[in-house]
Amino acid sequence: MMLIECPWCGPRNETEYGYGGEAHVAYPADPSALNDNEWAKFLFYRKNPKGLFAERWVHSAGCRRWFNAVRDTVTYEFKAVYKPGEPQPIKTTNAPAQGGTK
Amino acid sequence: MAEQVLTDISALRTSPLAHLASALVQGAVSGERGVGLREIAFTTQIGLRAEPGSAAHAALSAAAGVQLPSAVGQVSGSADGTAVLWLGPDDFLVVAPEGSELLGPLVDALGDEPGQVVDLSANRTVIEVSGPSARAVLEKGCPADLHPRAFAAGTAITTVLGPVPVLLWKTEAETFRVLPRASFADYTARWLLDGMSEFASDPVD
Repeated sequence: MMLIECPWCGPRNETEYGYGGEAHVAYPADPSALNDNEWAKFLFYRKNPKGLFAERWVHSAGCRRWFNAVRDTVTYEFKAVYKPGEPQPIKTTNAPAQGGTK
Repeated sequence: MAEQVLTDISALRTSPLAHLASALVQGAVSGERGVGLREIAFTTQIGLRAEPGSAAHAALSAAAGVQLPSAVGQVSGSADGTAVLWLGPDDFLVVAPEGSELLGPLVDALGDEPGQVVDLSANRTVIEVSGPSARAVLEKGCPADLHPRAFAAGTAITTVLGPVPVLLWKTEAETFRVLPRASFADYTARWLLDGMSEFASDPVD
């Protein structure tokens, strides 16, 4: 069992959460201008770093809110959690783009 | 247009645990390891959505008669009267006794502001687990910390009990209210009865 800190509810069991994949994948500014290759890259291609990784999680059995987390993919340790729109407390290779903190 | 017939249909209602009424009574354990179960049926439940700090939030607080809770675990009002449970930062549940006329005033209070007032009365039933062993029964399947230092009387959280998503509301030191959705009520009650049965016999040292 692992405790994950929800930004709204505090520490809860990991069974209450759902995983949402890589965080800060920006929606294309003009989707219709993308070719199939670029669209596929946006939809399906995700980073898979060894080490710190910014991810989206949802507290599905609690407050049902999405939030971001920085997790170490080697040790599974959660280094930080932050609400959508908040600045990233620990820098990762997949940091939010300048001006946009989705 | 057909004439509207207003008939009191309350006599025709069946609560989600009506078929287990005698089992709930028989499953009760008395004594110092006691724990009992009862259904509080047909409570008025109203879902509220409003962003804290907005005009809608203030209007709903005024209409409900209690300030909407602002953080996880908080419950405004009283368990016997009108209570408002915190479900999320902008998501609340009003629980009031059967027949409360709260929906109309809340809908009027919201008006055209962004937000939501929905009658959810039949969505969840209320199962009250009480007695010295109540916490021990719930801890068999609830991953949240139910120790009094983390979960005091007068708080409520959204969590799971076994596999069932529930609202867990501690109204008194040894009294918990479990609010599963109506379709999960039968399973939840049987799960609790099963969990209670061990306390009927003496503890094994």
